[in-house]
Amino acid sequence: MNPPTDPIIRFDQVNKWFGDFHVLRDIDLDVATGERIVICGPSGSGKSTLIRCINRLEEHQQGRLVVGGIELTDDIQAIDQVRKNVGMVFQQFNLFPHLTVLDNLTLSPMWVGKVPRKEAEDRAMQQLQRVRIAEQAHKFPLQLSGGQQQRVAIARALCLTPRIMLFDEPTSALDPEMIKEVLDVMVELADQGITMVCVTHEMGFAKAVADRVIFMDQGQIVEQNSPGEFFNHPQNERSRDFLSKILGH
Amino acid sequence: MTQHFVPIAARPSPVRTRGAVPWVRTHLFGDLRSSITSVFLLGLAIYLLPRLYSWGLGNAVFSADAQACQNMRGVGACWGVVTEKYRLILLGRFPFEEHWRPVLATSMMLAALVVSCIRAFWKPWLALVWMSVLAVFFVLMGGGVFGLSRVRTDLWGGLPLTVLLATVSIFLAFPLSIAVALGRRSHLPAIRSACIVYIELVRGVPLISVLFMASFMFPLFMPQGVSIDVLVRVVVGITLFAAAYMAEIVRGGLQAIPRGQLEAADTLGLSYWQTQRKIVLPQALAMVVPSIMNNFISIFKDTSLVTIVSMYELTGALSLALNSDVNWRPFKIEAYLFITVIYFLFCFAMSRYSLWVEKQLTASKGR
Amino acid sequence: MYQALAIVLIGLGVWFLAHNTQENMRIRGIQSGFDFLRASAGFDIGETLISFSPSESYGKAIWVGVLNTLRVALIGIVLTTVLGVLLGVGRFSRNALVRGLCYSYVELFRNVPILLQMLMWYLLFVEVLPAPGEAWNLADLFYLSKDGFAFPRPLQGTGYLMVLIGLVAGVLLAWLWRRWALGAFKKTGRLLKPGWPMLGIVLVGVVAGWLAGGMPTQWAIPEAGRFMIEGGGRVSPEFMAVLISLTFYTAAFVAEVVRGGIQSVSLGQKEASAALGLAPRQTMKLVVLPQAMRVIVPPLTNQYLNLTKNSSLAVAVGYPDVVSIANTTLNQSGRAVECVAIIMLVYLTTSLSTSLFMNAYNKRMAIPER
Repeated sequence: MNPPTDPIIRFDQVNKWFGDFHVLRDIDLDVATGERIVICGPSGSGKSTLIRCINRLEEHQQGRLVVGGIELTDDIQAIDQVRKNVGMVFQQFNLFPHLTVLDNLTLSPMWVGKVPRKEAEDRAMQQLQRVRIAEQAHKFPLQLSGGQQQRVAIARALCLTPRIMLFDEPTSALDPEMIKEVLDVMVELADQGITMVCVTHEMGFAKAVADRVIFMDQGQIVEQNSPGEFFNHPQNERSRDFLSKILGH
Repeated sequence: MTQHFVPIAARPSPVRTRGAVPWVRTHLFGDLRSSITSVFLLGLAIYLLPRLYSWGLGNAVFSADAQACQNMRGVGACWGVVTEKYRLILLGRFPFEEHWRPVLATSMMLAALVVSCIRAFWKPWLALVWMSVLAVFFVLMGGGVFGLSRVRTDLWGGLPLTVLLATVSIFLAFPLSIAVALGRRSHLPAIRSACIVYIELVRGVPLISVLFMASFMFPLFMPQGVSIDVLVRVVVGITLFAAAYMAEIVRGGLQAIPRGQLEAADTLGLSYWQTQRKIVLPQALAMVVPSIMNNFISIFKDTSLVTIVSMYELTGALSLALNSDVNWRPFKIEAYLFITVIYFLFCFAMSRYSLWVEKQLTASKGR
Repeated sequence: MYQALAIVLIGLGVWFLAHNTQENMRIRGIQSGFDFLRASAGFDIGETLISFSPSESYGKAIWVGVLNTLRVALIGIVLTTVLGVLLGVGRFSRNALVRGLCYSYVELFRNVPILLQMLMWYLLFVEVLPAPGEAWNLADLFYLSKDGFAFPRPLQGTGYLMVLIGLVAGVLLAWLWRRWALGAFKKTGRLLKPGWPMLGIVLVGVVAGWLAGGMPTQWAIPEAGRFMIEGGGRVSPEFMAVLISLTFYTAAFVAEVVRGGIQSVSLGQKEASAALGLAPRQTMKLVVLPQAMRVIVPPLTNQYLNLTKNSSLAVAVGYPDVVSIANTTLNQSGRAVECVAIIMLVYLTTSLSTSLFMNAYNKRMAIPER
């Protein structure tokens, strides 16, 4: 258990290759407990790969990556321990379509956490209420709208009571009118003190919630700053270029 | 003050992922179970392959010498049976001197098939080409005109018969299946029920029963004095069989056309038949080409069944060629392997083609 | 208006065919009607599940054929499922040799006609296997020869029926116990490994049945005579050829169905499962397989039907299935229409009942959508 002043996530000269393609280059990054990070950048810059390394959905080949005091290596026990503390929300929701919403949430606590069903269901209902979707508990995922499904996905990740929440472009697959309901939930979560690392294009969300914005391009961290500084006074020519493209219209 | 972007240069991966050694390491010896399996399989290959080689090629007899084959029984393959009998196997009971006719006819048909597979040739005049190819085929095989001697249809056999049955049946089945598919989706209950009964009846029974029906019952269906050629009976049987399966495939394609297309056609003032001809069918048919190819492959394999109703296509011609010849009958297995290779080459090529077509179609749909 | 036209045309067509058929049959002196089924068959059947003699009726002969068809179809379905699933899963193996072998198997066995495969296997059994006098044997209990495959078999009528009942009861009880254990796990969170207790229950059932049947110990063991193998259970080379060729051929298609099903589950499902901390085996059991099964079952049932229909080719190697016997009946009695109708009826019944079952299963398992 690391003392609160140690970073909860530490990337130390992390490099990753997909075959011969050098996708993450010399990443040095510290995330403090309770900090809210937004990562942005053009597509192909390696942002998704970076956060997927945090819960070992991707393996890095060089450098050290320590999450919650545990170093990520090939050790399966370590990986399982890390995954208990890290929740992830995907762009495509990835809910289990053959299970009800409630069963989606209780699956992991019951089968991994060995929690009895009644208790798991109570905890699940709590999380569903937190994301304001408790009335859909007995529906199936494909019967819900995109925004509702993503909120269920957030509740599912929260059922493990994680210390860190990862969001991989959570609103990119949603229709515009549903983006707000998901972002509202994420803002509430942020206010409750959970550590968040979020890859997103929603700059409004970044401005409202982020403690730090990280801009990546071509596999490396180009610039990191507070949102106010980054959006108003970008210091790198690449950042300026990127911002002008996405904020221009 | 603008910072200059300093890109970190890409470096090669420290873990070598390309090359033969890393490939072998991951794919053959990735973990313990995989390694044990690889060792076992490689050992098996080392044991079997030399034996297979010595039987199939090393000690094999290639010349048409029955005695030499007998001497090498069990030690070497007797490919001499193929050298001796290949004409009988490939061409059936067709008169020996006239063998150039089925060879020419079949080559023409195969060329036409290959041409039809190339997208550039999907034009209206292809239909005319096909009609002439078929006409020439029947003239060459049947004879009786242009100074060619008459050859009865029950003497046609071997590969020409296989290709003929498969091609003609599919050609006739195609328009029939479209009609039945449209009828199946019709709003008129009588037509719809008739089509459903036909489809479910034919799909629920084996081809052999349809062939039996064609063979034994069709003569009874015809008015007094009219006799039907056995070839016609078999073609009708296979056509009816193929059409039922194709109707379901076409129906699937029709169902996949979004309603918006029909509505758009409606607003443009097109009638039912115009809509079907110009909008619905072209799209539906393009979508189902891979499935239809698969159906064609099945029908091609199923032509072997006509042996049971005494028409000697490729499989039947082999039995005919060897059952009566005591010298060569012990080497039937080599002859079987010979036609196995022929069937495999045809069907494998067709299935590769169908995969290629599927890729082309999804490419045109993707962005 | 089109409807009326269609009805008239179909009606005319049917009348035309029926009229001709009647005329032709009258001229040739062929009688119609199904009463011939009661006439004596006059031919013997090589392999039967129930006893049959040439003096019994055509009807019974055809029934024997139906049983033979069911025998080879049911055993074939079980074997082909096992082989097909292994091959389908093998396409995803980490070992490249296993992947390559599975791929080659599928392409090879799919692209050669089933009739040819059946003939080749039959030829193999008839040519390569030794004469009964020199049969290959395993521990003097199992014999393989041109005569077929002989194996020891419990002697009928000495109480083995009770053992069978005990086995079935044991399996049922084990299944019920597993359901109870799953319910208990959901309530309390403690999971008992279901494997060993289930096996134990089945064994207890078998032993109880054995005791109840009077502790029978006699088996019919094949003995190698000079010209044939006597005693024991036996399957003919024809049966083996039909079974093995059908199994190997259909397994190639089943493998593709299984592969398609496993592929249909998107990668994201496995990633989400892993992110939630589920082990690979749990992911397979709780997330991947339930979804894959829904995609696999309909085409799999289709393959089972194909196997049953393909068993009709047994007539080419002389195995007495329903088509073979109906063919003999047709040739002897001349009743073409009735015999072909019987064949079609048998297969139609199988197909339609399987379709009904399939539709019911699909409705029940459908994943609810908007």
